[in-house]
Amino acid sequence: MGRYILRRLVQGVITVWFIATATFFAMHNVPGDPLQSDKAVSAEIRANLEARYGLDKPLMEQYFIYLANMAQGDFGISFTQQNREVNDIIAEHFRISAALGILAIAFAALGGILWGALTALYRNRLPDIVIMLLVILGISVPGFVFAGLGQLGVVNLNAALGFTLFPVGGWGTVSHMIVPALVLGLGTMAFLTRLMRSSMLEIANADFLRTARAKGLPANRIFRKHQLRNAILPVVTVLGPSIAAITTGGFVVELVFAIPGLGRYFVQAVQQSDYTVIMGTTVFYGAFLVFMVIVVDIIYGFVDPRVRLE
Amino acid sequence: MSEADMTTGTGVPSFAPVPTSATEAQVISRPSLSYWQDAWRRLKANRRALISLWIVVGLLLFTVFGPFVWRVDPDDQDLDQISKPLGPASVATVATAFEPWAGVYNTLGPLPDTSVAADRLLAPAELVAVGEATTQAVRLSWQPNRTAPGASGWRVYRNLYHPAPDHALGLPVGEILNPAETGFEDRLDLEPRRYFYSVLALDAWGAESSDYITLSVDVKRVITADEAVAKGLADDALELAPGDSVELAFHPLGTDYLGRDMLARLMHGARVSLFIGIVASFVYVAFGILYGAAAGFAGGRVDQLLMRFADFVVALPFLLFMILFRILFGVESGDSGIAPMLVAMVLLSWPATARLVRGQILQIREEGYVGAARLLGARSAWLVMRHMIPNTMGVILVTLTFAVPSAIFTEAFLSFIGMGVAPPTPSWGSMCNEGLKTMLTTPHELIAPALFISITVLAFNLLGDGLRDALDARMRSTE
Repeated sequence: MGRYILRRLVQGVITVWFIATATFFAMHNVPGDPLQSDKAVSAEIRANLEARYGLDKPLMEQYFIYLANMAQGDFGISFTQQNREVNDIIAEHFRISAALGILAIAFAALGGILWGALTALYRNRLPDIVIMLLVILGISVPGFVFAGLGQLGVVNLNAALGFTLFPVGGWGTVSHMIVPALVLGLGTMAFLTRLMRSSMLEIANADFLRTARAKGLPANRIFRKHQLRNAILPVVTVLGPSIAAITTGGFVVELVFAIPGLGRYFVQAVQQSDYTVIMGTTVFYGAFLVFMVIVVDIIYGFVDPRVRLE
Repeated sequence: MSEADMTTGTGVPSFAPVPTSATEAQVISRPSLSYWQDAWRRLKANRRALISLWIVVGLLLFTVFGPFVWRVDPDDQDLDQISKPLGPASVATVATAFEPWAGVYNTLGPLPDTSVAADRLLAPAELVAVGEATTQAVRLSWQPNRTAPGASGWRVYRNLYHPAPDHALGLPVGEILNPAETGFEDRLDLEPRRYFYSVLALDAWGAESSDYITLSVDVKRVITADEAVAKGLADDALELAPGDSVELAFHPLGTDYLGRDMLARLMHGARVSLFIGIVASFVYVAFGILYGAAAGFAGGRVDQLLMRFADFVVALPFLLFMILFRILFGVESGDSGIAPMLVAMVLLSWPATARLVRGQILQIREEGYVGAARLLGARSAWLVMRHMIPNTMGVILVTLTFAVPSAIFTEAFLSFIGMGVAPPTPSWGSMCNEGLKTMLTTPHELIAPALFISITVLAFNLLGDGLRDALDARMRSTE
């Protein structure tokens, strides 16, 4: 167990190093640079600026400095926001993205398990057909359309109620989070519902269920303790990749609902070729995702004793 | 039992051994089905998949041949019909050319009283439209309020909605600083729709009275005969008499916020979206096949190394790198941005297919027919290309059908956040992006492209489900 976790962590570190390297060299080959501005800058000033940000050194030296700093958890300072550390930017804005993401994952997982169990329970009857239709819709409609329609819905809801139940955009209170999180979780919820349904149906004919029925357990108890618990397992497995999907999907939701999260910040940094912010954000997100996948795999080992972590 | 017991009256034996011949027993009574014939038979039985297949074919026809049928330039702006909702062609009434208006002057009205402050003033009375309200001009007239006289001027507002709930009067379109002039002519950007005009009184310092009067005016679309000829809607100005109606350029799905035809843009946008969706997925699936086949066939150390690299590529945050690569390769200005997006997508998406194919090849490598081919002296390349890859085709085809919608999604996402195709090239994603801005007033600009994306993705997904059921017994879903 300990060895397994250690091996996974070492693999994770190598992966993060790979991501950092790929980002570094991709970034330094992008046309244009962060010191370009509208103002004409004399060669002397430019040289000074480059020296300040360390851009005058050879590329490989920059790369090693960057790696050494990153190993100490220092992503440097932003180019476009004077004297602001990338660490501060990530700390401030990721908190918002994470809150949104966690809420969205919670919606998606709870909804997916609930709807999936319902469809399996009412197989080929009306609730099943209706939910599966909605699921197909949820998988086929792009997230930004949900975001737009969600906002439109909020506007109409507020107009109908005569007061602001959910704000149309912005961030701050719980009521700001609910609609964006729902919108963000919708695609994943549809996916999880489908997964849950097929997993429930697969288990429906399992021997241990027949045994439980044969020994006269009440149907309710069989459903809860035996079928549902076992059917949740595949859902747990895909939670790792789902977290990745939701954090990146957050970009759009943050743009549409004017939420000051890290995704919106990243898009902005790319447009301004703010090297340090882009590299910092990418490496941070990469490390976060790698870590989440490892955590989910370890949790899976606890949830399902049949899976041996080796 | 004697022989007579077994015969009927006609003398034919009712029970007799069937003549057996060795060859006849071996004859197969029905033609044998190949793997693909069998798959096609199963796919045909799946109604959902079949309908999806027809939708996909229809979309391709729409994309390829649509622009030849609907020959409207997607970049052409029809400034008379900006953000027109979908529906039949708009009709304009022919009117005489615009003639200046003398205005309304109320010489008998009370004189301005500079001592009266705005809070004691009331709105004017009897607000009416003079003549017919047309897109040429809306003319209003009113009477000064007799109970609270002393206004020094008037201000006219225009709104698209009734101002009642929030006292939102809208756009100030006119200010009249002569209290005797009690008429106003609005010629500002009039469109054929309902407007709410509000008039209120001003005091000597220009402060507004809180009281206002509102009139709703339905504006009629008019066109002069000369304009109609200039726009190619009529051949001869002399044939048109005032009061005749002229049909404007037809936009069946409406126009966008710049007056561009939605149908034409959807067709051309489909070319971009489907092109990227299909070409990108083909290329990266092909690359994944070669990579996976190489890894699976080589095995051992090489396999380990190749797959470890694939794992790294999988770990890259997909959309972040899409954006990075999109900028990295998109150097030239004036570029439509399609090529860099394709390259980025191919570079990041191949590992999933590679993994799948590798797994298949590892299985197939142990099959008897591969051993037989090897025994007959087949070389490695021949073995892989002729025997192994064709046997993974079922899985690959399924992957491909699921790869297309995900590529379309990615394109739409990138175009939506403004990192995809560059304007004015339309794509479904960029159209959604533009439509989102006018979502509250003209939702059709968002809904039409969103609907197309959804239907396409849905069709490909259902087709993929059907193909999976038909081609691969092991992956068959339990639905």
